[in-house]
Amino acid sequence: MSAEIELSDVRQVFRVRGDEGREVQEFVALDGLDLTVREGEFLTLVGPSGCGKSTILDLISGLSTPSGGSVKVGGRQVKEPGLDRGFVFQQYTLLPWRTALANIEFALEAKGGLSKAKRRERALEYLDLVGLSDFANRFPHELSGGMKQRVAIARSLSYEPEVLLMDEPFGALDAQTRERLQEELVGIWRRTGTTIVFITHDIEEAVFLGQRVAVMSSRPGRIEAVIDIELDRAATDEDIRSTAAFSHYRHQIWSLLRPEGVHRGAHLEEVHRVA
Amino acid sequence: MPISKRCIALPDLLMERTEARPNQRQEEAAGVRHAPKVRRRANRVLRGVAGLLLLAAIWEFAPRLGLVNSYFIPPLSKVLDTWWHLLVTGQLWTHVSISLVRAGVGFSLALAIGIPLGAAIAWYPPVRELVTPVLELFRNTAALALLPVFVLILGIGETSKIAIVTYACVFPILLNTVSGVSSVDQQLLRTARVLGLSPVATFRKVVFPAALPTIFTGIRIAGAAAVLVLLAAEMIGATSGLGFLINYSQNNFLIPQMYAAILTTSLLGLAINYGLVALERRLSRWRV
Ligand SMILES: Nc1ncnc2c1ncn2[C@@H]1O[C@H](COP(=O)(O)OP(=O)(O)O)[C@@H](O)[C@H]1O
Ligand SMILES: [Mg+2]
Repeated sequence: MSAEIELSDVRQVFRVRGDEGREVQEFVALDGLDLTVREGEFLTLVGPSGCGKSTILDLISGLSTPSGGSVKVGGRQVKEPGLDRGFVFQQYTLLPWRTALANIEFALEAKGGLSKAKRRERALEYLDLVGLSDFANRFPHELSGGMKQRVAIARSLSYEPEVLLMDEPFGALDAQTRERLQEELVGIWRRTGTTIVFITHDIEEAVFLGQRVAVMSSRPGRIEAVIDIELDRAATDEDIRSTAAFSHYRHQIWSLLRPEGVHRGAHLEEVHRVA
Repeated sequence: MPISKRCIALPDLLMERTEARPNQRQEEAAGVRHAPKVRRRANRVLRGVAGLLLLAAIWEFAPRLGLVNSYFIPPLSKVLDTWWHLLVTGQLWTHVSISLVRAGVGFSLALAIGIPLGAAIAWYPPVRELVTPVLELFRNTAALALLPVFVLILGIGETSKIAIVTYACVFPILLNTVSGVSSVDQQLLRTARVLGLSPVATFRKVVFPAALPTIFTGIRIAGAAAVLVLLAAEMIGATSGLGFLINYSQNNFLIPQMYAAILTTSLLGLAINYGLVALERRLSRWRV
């Protein structure tokens, strides 16, 4: 259950109000963006705030359409949202009037073709996958932030999408809960084989989770580099984050994200002006 | 690297905080002491009952002691006596049932009009912009001011009474529906889109439940308005109903009977309000 995602020469322009006055300006959020995600891959996308990460996920999910270029999932052009793609948002998006279990059933109702009993069975199965079987009948306000995101992940996986898109899903959680969920997510990915595109602005999170890390630069948003992460994850009792290899990757990405690029840009601009 | 990872045992999943509540030490520091819940509740009920008994005592003895004119304000026992008489002879029920039917039909019509119309208005922004000023104008025209118009056009029969109730009820319901539907969490709508829900399914499963608490506020206001407006309408032009009974008793100097009818309207209002509150609570058990 996985699919290849292919973005080529993608451009996304927003119409925004100018700083002063009312004239409408064009804001180029993404320009000439190329990105390929392999089948079954866990790709993390890291970049400064506002560089266009969420915009990319909106395009892949079909919530918005690009101003230019093409977005393909499984070889087909993306036109609209579909159940072949799941989405986990940073904000909590559970229906507050439904229990944890009923929130997963909600997604299965959307999918259709399952009897009520089957939906329930499947929802319980996925609640179990994220370790929350004991909380099936709790309402979202009775769950912690981490639990809510677990339910959201279970909901997105329950209809067995080929691609799971995650937009800073752990951004609002405390450090310990976040680390637990990261580990759990890797486990889930191994078991389900779903292609995952995971957005974060946290370099460590990107290195820990990703098989590859795509590093973005902003204004306009582009993929600066894609880095293969090769860590020995088999050694389970070792803290992978404290290994030399991990620090190496972290530093490499940190260097790519340093505002150096911005300085270079400013410098070029000066040259232009002088010329 | 967070050093803390090694030092602090990761909390067990089951131990993750699921609700915020001050611990015992914090409670003490804040000077709040927890009386057992049952006892606190019992105390509250007792005080409430005492208040009612006090009111009853004043009503009973002020006329008897000559503090107020006992012809205009008869003692409570006399009023209750009359009330009982009206009840057993079935007269009271005749009027109550007629009022209930009028209020009920008018209120139901307001629901049937207000909720779908409100949803449509909120759903299509151009429609909303078109009708908002008109709605504001109508809303600020008191229903009772229009009563003569209703009587003029619809006569003094049932139609005009039901119509005035509907008119008074429809605005709170409509406006709250508009506000509830248009303030649905955008993130929930995005979730519905990601799941490929049809517009109808999105409305039924996401928008309506999300707007329900706000709609219910309107429904409660409408419940109170229904009783108020109906009584006034029945006082002006009717031959039955609680409003008529109050007015008729007063005109014929049946003073205890007048108070018995007034007391009945209070009970009716209470019953409607508590009924709606209970229904609301049942429907929003998921809330904090
Ligand atoms: N609907 C929109 N209208 C106008 N500007 C937008 C819109 N969505 C995003 N942007 C702008 O595009 C840029 C990228 O946004 P986003 O993808 O949300 O960034 P990120 O997720 O990386 O923080 C930001 O500068 C943001 O202000
Ligand atoms: Mg974002």
